[in-house]
Amino acid sequence: MTEVQEVVPLEAARRRLPPAVEVRELRKEFRRRDRKRGRFGRRMRAALDGVSFTIDRGETVAILGQNGSGKSTLVRVLSTLLLPDGGSAQIFGHDVVSEARPVRRLVNRVSVEASFFKKMSSAENLGYASRYYGMTARQTRDLIPEILGRVGFPPDRRDEPMENLSRGMQQKVALARALLTSPVVLLLDEPTTGLDPRSKLEVQEFIREIRADHDSTILLCTHDLDEAETLAERVGILDRGRLLALEPADDLKRRYGSRTLEEAFFAATGREFEAEEDDEDDDREVFA
Amino acid sequence: MRALVSTMRAELVGAGGVVERNAYLTKRYIWWDLAWFIWTVANTLTIVFIAKGVEASGVEFDVDRYMTYLLIGAVVWAYLGILFEFLMETVAWERWEGTIEYTFMAPLSRAMHLAGQGVFAIMYGLLRAIFLFAVCAFLFFDLSMPDAQFFPAFVVLVVASISFIGIGMMMSVLPLISPEKGTQLGFVAQGTLLVVSGVYYPVSVLPEWMQWLATISPATYSLDGIREAILEGQGLSAMWDEIWPLLIIGVVSIPLGLWVFSRGEKYAKRHGKLKRSG
Repeated sequence: MTEVQEVVPLEAARRRLPPAVEVRELRKEFRRRDRKRGRFGRRMRAALDGVSFTIDRGETVAILGQNGSGKSTLVRVLSTLLLPDGGSAQIFGHDVVSEARPVRRLVNRVSVEASFFKKMSSAENLGYASRYYGMTARQTRDLIPEILGRVGFPPDRRDEPMENLSRGMQQKVALARALLTSPVVLLLDEPTTGLDPRSKLEVQEFIREIRADHDSTILLCTHDLDEAETLAERVGILDRGRLLALEPADDLKRRYGSRTLEEAFFAATGREFEAEEDDEDDDREVFA
Repeated sequence: MRALVSTMRAELVGAGGVVERNAYLTKRYIWWDLAWFIWTVANTLTIVFIAKGVEASGVEFDVDRYMTYLLIGAVVWAYLGILFEFLMETVAWERWEGTIEYTFMAPLSRAMHLAGQGVFAIMYGLLRAIFLFAVCAFLFFDLSMPDAQFFPAFVVLVVASISFIGIGMMMSVLPLISPEKGTQLGFVAQGTLLVVSGVYYPVSVLPEWMQWLATISPATYSLDGIREAILEGQGLSAMWDEIWPLLIIGVVSIPLGLWVFSRGEKYAKRHGKLKRSG
C-alpha cells in the first residue's frame, strides 16, 4: 500500500491561519469630566464601542476618523498598551491581554509623535531599542545603517542628536525603528500628520515599499483621505468609537452614493470630515 | 530547551539594552552630571563640617572619627538617591520623552527591564559614591582612617543594593499612578528610609517605634557594616551579621517590588496613564 501524502495548496494553508488581526466587540471607556454634574462630576465615555473587524495577512487597512474617534485607542489596545473593558483582540490568534508577550514580538508601531530620547542620536536610539527585541549589537551593526539608508536618512547625520533633526527626518527614523524588528503587523497611527508635503510623500512612498517588499500586515489610522485611498485595500470609518463601515474605497463611495471619500465620510457620520470636536481632548482622562 | 535558552538570551540582550541606553544618556548629559556631582559634594561637606563646628565649640572628641562617621552617612544617602533616581526614571523620564509606550510594548519582560535599570544604577551609583567619598575624605579633609577596610565596606554596599533596588522598584511605580507628583514621592521614601536607619546618628537614640522600623530597613545594616569596616577595621568575615539580614530583605523586596510594579503597570494600562499627556 502506498501512502499518499496530502499536498496542501499554499492558498489553503494560508486560509487555515488565523487572521492577522481579529477584533470582536472591542470596548474601551474612559472617565471624563462632566461640567453638568458639577466641579467633580464624572461620566464614562466610550472610546471604542463594540468594534469588530478582521485583517488578513498581508492586507493594508486604513481607518479614517476625526480626533477623539477612537483610532489611537484601537492602536494602543492592539499594541498591548491599553487593557480593553470588553470584547477581544487577537494578533495571529494571540490574545492581546492574556498573551501580550507573543503579540509584542509580532507587532510594532509608528505614531504621530516620533518619540525618541532627543539628546541621543538616531543610531543610538535604534541600537538600544533593537536590544529590547533580542537583537545583539553584532546583528544591528550593519542593519541599522542599511534601514536608515532605505528610509532616505542621510548617513552623515546618524550621530547627530535627534533634537537637531526635522520632524520629517524624525518620522523616518521612527519608521526605521519599527521595521528594524521585522514586525508582521505594523500599526501606523497618523504617521504623516504634521509633516511637510515632501516628507509626507517620502513616508507614504516608504509605506508602499514595505507593502511590496515585506509580508507585513498594515493597519493605518489616518486623517488623510487620499492617503487612505491610495495606500489601503480597505477603508474603515470610525466615528465616536463605532466602526461604521470597512470596505474597499470604491465600495464605500458606492454604498453612500458619493463621488469622493470625503463625501462618503460625511454621509456615514453626518458631519464634515475636518470638523473637530473641541470638547474632546481637554476633558478626557487620556488623549486617545 | 532550545526555546528556553533562546528566550533567556533575548532577555539578557534586552536588559543589556537598558544598560546601553543609560550609558548613552549619561554620555550625552555628562556635564549636567558633573554639575550634580559638585552639588552632592557641597551637600556632603555641609554635613561633615558639623563635626568641625562641634569641635570649635570646645567639646573634646575624636574629630576625624566623627567626620568619617558623618561622611559615611552622607555618601550612603547620596548613593540611595542615585539608585532611586534611576529607577524612578524608568517611568518618569521615558514618559517625558514619549518613549515609554515603545518600551512597554517591546517583548522584554518587566523583570529584566527593571533589572537592566537596576544594574546600571548600581554601577553608576557605586562609581559616584567612591568618588564622593574619596574627594571629601582625602582631597578636602585629609581624614585619617588607619584601620579602614574598604573592600568589606564595598561588599556590604553592593549586597545592600539588592534590597535598595527592590524598594526602588516599588517607588518607581509612583510616576505611573501620578505623572505629576509621583517622582517627588520617591524622595519621601528615601528620607524615611534613612531617618530610621541611623544615617548621622546611632539607631539607639531613636524612639522605640523608629528603632523597630530600623530593623527592617536595609539602610540600617549597610550603614552599620560600612562603619564597622571603615571605623573599626572589621574584615568581611565579621560582616555576616549585616549581610544575612540584607540578603533576606533583598530576597523579599525584589519579588515584592516586581509585583507592585506590575500592579501599577496594569492600573496605568487600564486608565491610559502610559501616554505622555495622560
